[in-house]
Amino acid sequence: MNPLSPAPATIARPTPQELALSGSWTALGIGGVAAQLGVLAAPAGAELAVDGARIEALDTAGALILHKLLTRLRDEGIAVQLRALRPEFARLLEVVGQRAASPSPAAVAPESGLAGLGRSAAAGLEQAAALLSFVGASALALAGCVAHPARFRWRPMLFNIRAAGFDALPIVGLLSFLLGVVVAYQGADQLRQYGANIFVADLIGLSMLREFAPLIVALIVAGRSGSAYAAQIGTMSVTEEIDAMRTLGIAPLELLVLPKIFALLIALPLLTVFADVLGVFGGMIMARAQLGVGFDEFLVRFVKAVSPTAYLVGICKAPVFAVIIAVVGCFQGFRTKGGADSVGRQTTLSVVQATFLVIVADALFSIAFSALDL
Amino acid sequence: MQAAARAQEPVVEVSKVSTRFGEHVVHSGVDLEVRRAEIFAVIGGSGSGKSTLLRELILLQRPDSGSIRVLGADLQGLGDDEALALRQRWGVMFQHGGLFGSLTVHENVGLPLREHTGLEDPLIDEIAAWKLAMAGLEPEAGARYPSELSGGMLKRASLARALALDPELLFLDEPTAGLDPESAAGVDQLVRHLRDQFGLTIVMITHDLDLLWQVADRVAVLAEGTVQGVGSMAELARMDVPAVRKFFDGPRGRAPSKPR
Repeated sequence: MNPLSPAPATIARPTPQELALSGSWTALGIGGVAAQLGVLAAPAGAELAVDGARIEALDTAGALILHKLLTRLRDEGIAVQLRALRPEFARLLEVVGQRAASPSPAAVAPESGLAGLGRSAAAGLEQAAALLSFVGASALALAGCVAHPARFRWRPMLFNIRAAGFDALPIVGLLSFLLGVVVAYQGADQLRQYGANIFVADLIGLSMLREFAPLIVALIVAGRSGSAYAAQIGTMSVTEEIDAMRTLGIAPLELLVLPKIFALLIALPLLTVFADVLGVFGGMIMARAQLGVGFDEFLVRFVKAVSPTAYLVGICKAPVFAVIIAVVGCFQGFRTKGGADSVGRQTTLSVVQATFLVIVADALFSIAFSALDL
Repeated sequence: MQAAARAQEPVVEVSKVSTRFGEHVVHSGVDLEVRRAEIFAVIGGSGSGKSTLLRELILLQRPDSGSIRVLGADLQGLGDDEALALRQRWGVMFQHGGLFGSLTVHENVGLPLREHTGLEDPLIDEIAAWKLAMAGLEPEAGARYPSELSGGMLKRASLARALALDPELLFLDEPTAGLDPESAAGVDQLVRHLRDQFGLTIVMITHDLDLLWQVADRVAVLAEGTVQGVGSMAELARMDVPAVRKFFDGPRGRAPSKPR
């Protein structure tokens, strides 16, 4: 035990008419007696002498429970005499008593399930409406920039292209390469059974170019850059930088949002092409190792199997994903209210929502393309 | 107990403390002594090392040399357990409150009690409500989050949290900075009230001349890495040290003859 820690408070009842208090009646010392005090009772009309001579220390927490005890006993009609308390402790008890009357805040009643459901539905609708109005505000800012091209911020855009695009090359390259390897590996068994080894080029080419490359790029960028946008803008709004920007006559949407949207609009398709190349390369390596399809053979088949349309179908999704990621990231950043906690929450939300919306958009693309026979 | 001996012993004792950040020397031999139950203020221009000194006193930073004793314990070479025990005996009110944004004000005040005592939740809530009332906050303010409070209420809430464990020693960093005169006057009163009623020793950093004139018992002027003068405001006003004179002769200085 720590030498500095005090002797705990104790309460004894040598005779039914007497209470002897001792030890440290402080926040650290009263843990043991707090419960005991609640059940302490004496018959109504009785007399009770409380001896405080051996209380070594008293702080406001101790004084508060002592005050509560005395008040309760007196309310129950017991004549309580407190004696031999040190004068400084008696004064503290009096000070505490003066304020103890102030009511403690009423406990908040737990909400019923139905009310909670309604509240979260309302919050969801409010969020959707806010997102829509944010998109509208960004479109207006864009219109302003089109009308006055000099207002467009090139420097942040170029910076964002580097941060979201160039700096993401290693991770995008590695993951799409591995994805190509996995797809080829999974397909190899099935193809070998039918002796259709060469069709691995069709499998890899179509799946990577049409689906996997744009999707994996969008997911990586949503996790890497969308979250960064939300955290950056969120922190800025917590530290009043956004407000400062407005008062200086700089539109936050022009400085913070449009460059990010354009940066992703440029970076995402380029990253997708890069992922296409690395993914197919990964598949080629697997095709040679597992199916005995050489690089030359693979490429000859690849050109026949994969039309430029398949390639363009994949690429044309990228700008849509880019807009989703940038808009959701910035939107969640601007919704940050309060402190550090809120920044974390909005950042998480930005990634979750961007990922969700990207996959929904991808599904819609699939439906649209199949309707168009592409 | 050894009450008489304890009353004599200084609560905070700083001797020959030197601190530097790389090439930049912040303190070169600071000596201070704070007595029990006094309100002690440290003043000094920006960059004079007031805040660094405070951080050293509350175990957030170590000086490069010299010794600091707080509440009888040498801060150098303090074990983890001793440091924890010591930290429970003082309270700190930070300049910007330092309240946790994810907790309500009420939970913020109850946090030290929940962490360090074995008390039941209802009792903790009651103690927290009492501390908030003592700091001059309405019970409704307790249910709010720090981001929803005004500056003055933040300071009061932060003070209530600093007082949660009934410390013997209270450190205040700019208790009135950023407050309107009325709220600042409220803080003046609160600080004095705490000392008078609970015998707290209070160490504060401030620039507020009203607070200094009306509340502080003794004031230390920190400049050029050392303490240039210590004394009551009236004594300081009579001193002939250039670094001290700056506070009284500047355009916003206040002559000792006309305190409000």
